[in-house]
Amino acid sequence: MDEKNGINSGVAAPNGVPSAVVGIDVGGTFTDLILIETDAADGAQAGPARVKIAKTPTTLENQAYGVVNAIRATGVPAANIGLIVHGTTTTTNAVLERQLATTGMITTAGFRDVIELGRRTRPNAYGMTGTFSPVIPRNLRLEVPERMDAAGNVLIPLDEDALRRAIGTLREAGCVSLVIHFLHSYANPAHERRAAEIAAELWPNSYITTGHALLSEAREFERGVTAAVNASVQPILERYVARLAAELKDLGYSRDFLVMNGNGGMISAAHVAREAAKTVMSGPASGVMAAAFTGRSAGIENLITYDMGGTSTDVALVRGARPAVSNEIEVEYAMPIHVPMVDVHTVGAGGGSIARLNDAGLLEVGPQSAGAKPGPICYGRGGTEPTISDANLLLGRLNPGKLLSVESPVSVADVEAIFAERLGAPIGLSGIEAAGAVLRLANIRMAGAIRMVSLGKGHDPRDFALFAFGGAGPLHAAALARELGIPRVMVPARPGITNALGCVVADLRHDFVRTLNRPVASLDLDLLRAVLAEQRAEGEALIAKEVVQPERIECIHTADMQFVGQTHLLNVPLPGPDVNRETLQQLFEEAYFARFKVRLPEIRANLVNLNTSVIGVRAGIDLASLIDPAGRKATLGEALSETRRVWFSGEWHDTPVYVREKLPLDVVIEGPAILEQLDTTTVIEPGDRAVSDRDGNIIITVEAGQ
Amino acid sequence: MTTHPSLDAITLSVIQASLQQVCDEMDLTFSRAAFSPVIAEANDRSDGIYSAEDGALIAQGSGGLPVFVGVMQYSTRTLIERIAEGLTAAPEPGDIYIVNDPYLGGTHLMDVRFAMPVWRDGKIFCWLSNTGHWPDIGGAVPGGFSASATAVEQEGLRLPPVKLFKKGVLDPEIYAIICSNIRVADQRIGDIRAQGAALEVGAERLAQVLDRYGDDTVRSAIDELRERASTQMRTLIAPIPDGTYRGNAYVDSDGVVDAPLTIALAVEKKGNTLTFDFEGSSPPCAGPMNSVLATTLSSIYLAMRHIFPEVPLSAGAFEPLIVKRPEGTFLDARYPRPVSGCAAEVSQRIAEAVFAAMVNALPEKVTAAPAGSSGNFALGGHDPARGRDFVMYQISGGGYGGNADHDGLTNGCSTIGISKSPPVEVMEQAFPVLYRRYALREGSGGAGRHRGGFGLSYEVELLRGEARASFVMDHGRTGPQGVLGGGDGGVNEVTVWRDGSAHVPPHLSKEQDIPLKAGDRVCVGTPGGGGYGDPLERLAGDVLRDVALGYYTPDEARLLFGVVLSADSSAVDEAATRAARRG
Repeated sequence: MDEKNGINSGVAAPNGVPSAVVGIDVGGTFTDLILIETDAADGAQAGPARVKIAKTPTTLENQAYGVVNAIRATGVPAANIGLIVHGTTTTTNAVLERQLATTGMITTAGFRDVIELGRRTRPNAYGMTGTFSPVIPRNLRLEVPERMDAAGNVLIPLDEDALRRAIGTLREAGCVSLVIHFLHSYANPAHERRAAEIAAELWPNSYITTGHALLSEAREFERGVTAAVNASVQPILERYVARLAAELKDLGYSRDFLVMNGNGGMISAAHVAREAAKTVMSGPASGVMAAAFTGRSAGIENLITYDMGGTSTDVALVRGARPAVSNEIEVEYAMPIHVPMVDVHTVGAGGGSIARLNDAGLLEVGPQSAGAKPGPICYGRGGTEPTISDANLLLGRLNPGKLLSVESPVSVADVEAIFAERLGAPIGLSGIEAAGAVLRLANIRMAGAIRMVSLGKGHDPRDFALFAFGGAGPLHAAALARELGIPRVMVPARPGITNALGCVVADLRHDFVRTLNRPVASLDLDLLRAVLAEQRAEGEALIAKEVVQPERIECIHTADMQFVGQTHLLNVPLPGPDVNRETLQQLFEEAYFARFKVRLPEIRANLVNLNTSVIGVRAGIDLASLIDPAGRKATLGEALSETRRVWFSGEWHDTPVYVREKLPLDVVIEGPAILEQLDTTTVIEPGDRAVSDRDGNIIITVEAGQ
Repeated sequence: MTTHPSLDAITLSVIQASLQQVCDEMDLTFSRAAFSPVIAEANDRSDGIYSAEDGALIAQGSGGLPVFVGVMQYSTRTLIERIAEGLTAAPEPGDIYIVNDPYLGGTHLMDVRFAMPVWRDGKIFCWLSNTGHWPDIGGAVPGGFSASATAVEQEGLRLPPVKLFKKGVLDPEIYAIICSNIRVADQRIGDIRAQGAALEVGAERLAQVLDRYGDDTVRSAIDELRERASTQMRTLIAPIPDGTYRGNAYVDSDGVVDAPLTIALAVEKKGNTLTFDFEGSSPPCAGPMNSVLATTLSSIYLAMRHIFPEVPLSAGAFEPLIVKRPEGTFLDARYPRPVSGCAAEVSQRIAEAVFAAMVNALPEKVTAAPAGSSGNFALGGHDPARGRDFVMYQISGGGYGGNADHDGLTNGCSTIGISKSPPVEVMEQAFPVLYRRYALREGSGGAGRHRGGFGLSYEVELLRGEARASFVMDHGRTGPQGVLGGGDGGVNEVTVWRDGSAHVPPHLSKEQDIPLKAGDRVCVGTPGGGGYGDPLERLAGDVLRDVALGYYTPDEARLLFGVVLSADSSAVDEAATRAARRG
């Protein structure tokens, strides 16, 4: 599948320096590519751009083949490419499927079971079943005598002979990676450092992770799992990066390339494996980066991003055009990876979510999903259970002739019969009415999940726009926004390749956390300034080493604060490194009141962590070129492809269907209407109004709720 | 069965989801704004919506502590009755009541309930109520878990329902009385504000739901949903063969008299109901291991919810579960029996009795017994280096029972809880202690076709000063029960090393105020889960793997599972295993 908008494909850049920038994102089903060529050699001033899009099947056995196929599909010679930025799920899949490198762990005596015991949890609040398998099995976890106390004083010196023996045992057991995880190493890393030195002498490769290296904070389970995940995906990521580099070289691209990290920044492929754990959640992060960039360009800087796919939906917050970042993400049950990552929440509802009647005769949507296989009924891959996608098809929202990757077509009438029989008949509804009910309930459930995410952060959804992307996001966005009281929906020009776009526009980014844990009243302000300055300097030094140089550097300082006695933290943005006590107290109290509507003047504030993010902002791109201006028509009428019946709030409406790429740039559309493009359908509901902005985003103003 | 023809199934689903959302937002607000780690981190709290007429549960937050399933409907009902009888002042808009009396539909004194009416057109539409476990409520020992109390007065301050907020304003007099009776009172204001704010958030969100769908529609939906939940539970019960299913569980002791307490449960399945009868259970006890009726009922409900997690929490779901009031037993304690152990330990034994009975009825669905203890170890003392007193709580998990599909989970949370245990590093930062070991307790999983999960083994040393150790645990006498031929999980073990000599609590799992000085150590082994099915049917390869991982010794593999390994334990000796398993 190769959709070409560009003209003059394959033209070398004017002064011989390759100008094309390529973003490639590997998803579960498709590998998406976006290539942007500009005439400006340095790329600093984005002139008129030529854009190419490619969508090729993901090659699961080795993602590199799919990546190369996507580049080939553009028709642009690799020699014309100046930079490739790549988002990969290699490490994500390795962790979720436990296809990990054989890894050994050496811990403080008495503590080898920490990563297996966890924090006494179970997978679900109700139900006494479930299983857990630790990242490193127990027989590959060994102990050595050594001990620090909580202040970092040595209680028991490191037994170096025991350490050497343990390393030997693990090598003989076939381990290729090694984790050194000692108690209180965040307070004093000396033993971990010495152990790593000794290991480096004996270990045949560079896959050695110390516990404090990625996460220098208390909490031995979380730090241990983070380190264990890092070590056990390092060889896998390094092998993949090397393979891809070789494939790209064969293709004619021999420059370094960049890989996306979960914090929404990117890092040279040559260094990425060192902190491989940071790539585990990078897939959703790039989409959020694209949303932030698109929103900033459009002047809409507060967004709730809504990426609905086949099996799940990712939701994140963007404020002031910056994605919210968390360092407490759990990849799955009892699998925390505590490094700063874009705070993406995954809701278990997607196009494949199954609708059924429960024992009480009530309709339910999810949590079971038909997944990609057998998938919704309408994809003809053997699915027999009614799903959200099938409901969209029945109600005229999806075009039966334009579904992607259908194996053997199933007629709309067949789908309707299944809805009527399974869902409608027992509760006295027709198949169509049942499908309408499925959508309504699915939207309520998703809205609830989004509300928890935004409320949990203390925000009012009404201050945001809903940024809809992914295959199914724009289908549901308007209805969801109405449910949530969000006034506007933003649908970018190319919703289906948002993650790839995120790779192109991602920044260079480094995040730092330092724990002070002091009451504001007795805080050493010189220390505070020194810490922030040091964090900034370190970030700038790291960015200076990268192959691409940013247009400018931004630095964000925040403090994690609480009232003395509390355990939860509130992240408070700081105006800069020069803050006094009064300002700190006041900023915190305001943030607390905004969140909880409670003032507690009788209790003092505590500053727990100082955070700095150093961001190298790269030159922007011209979003308007994402849809070829030459393809746009002069009038709305010329963009019309058909009129079909679509079901809204209990009745059929004759609804115009437009080809998204043909819409005039100054278009105004009164709902109901449907916009179709390659891999996404946008629904504009009756009463809503859609306009296009100058970047080609569709902005839907949602009529207030019923 | 009444029907509401005006309500379509979809509107019902939508309103159900909306009411659930209101409760979930209350839960979230409470936890995020609270000060006490027990609420903020351990989520030892719950929020719900209750009927204006009889306090029946309408909806409850999905993130609430399981032990509070259904329990607030009894406190709300009692409050409504007392208002009607004039025993408690009638509410006005903006009023919030506070109550923690165990005998008025409660749990133990530390669980403090707030209740607030939701007003529509000058009338009460429904009640919102929440419970938070306060870190202290006065009484003989910090934290309230006195293992040797013999009357409720020794356990702390007991509040009948009174208005803590009047017309939206915190009553300074009642607040002052509370503060004068509890420890670390200076931080309670934060928790009180959080608990009140959660109700306010709930009222605001509920008003939006009512405005949107109309009060009458929502009221009809609530009635209909109650019936539907009842139908759903009945549908799940119906396929169970009619008959009586029995299960027992034992509390080690009441903390005062060193003798086990018996929970004898007979569950009679008839048609589409289950009748729970505790006849033959022990009489009320001298020590704090009594349960009040509301807690006993709640324990049955939470056990059934573990078995059928798909049924939404509402009074209707409980209707097919008929409980004969266990009068004259320790499961229906009256004033002034001490009750501090009811929420943490007795509730889990009641749940264990339900599992033990129901596994015979639903062997594919119910697990062998889980460790089922909160593992409370409290250490209170003086830290000379910091010049201040401290109270440290270590809660811990244990193994879960095996089930038809897989082995039990290792170090799972208590049956009635959802809270995480604290990291060793955080404990050592905060308190003058050093953990020598925090490890998987080898061999503790009960043998079975699917074995139990493993308990925890930890050892902690007092570094400075003097302190007193108290334990409220259970399963010291008998391990969590194996089922269908499976072995029991390992028993709970407590050993206190003082001056190099070992002290084992006479009641095994409970003792109060054991004096310690620097260098003394506490060793705890928590229970493993019960095994499921005949251990001789366990795949030999799985036993081999368990030995390779150090879960069992080669001897245990042979004795417990009939699996004989080669001399270096690297392979199964097939012939010897066949012989051993035949024998």
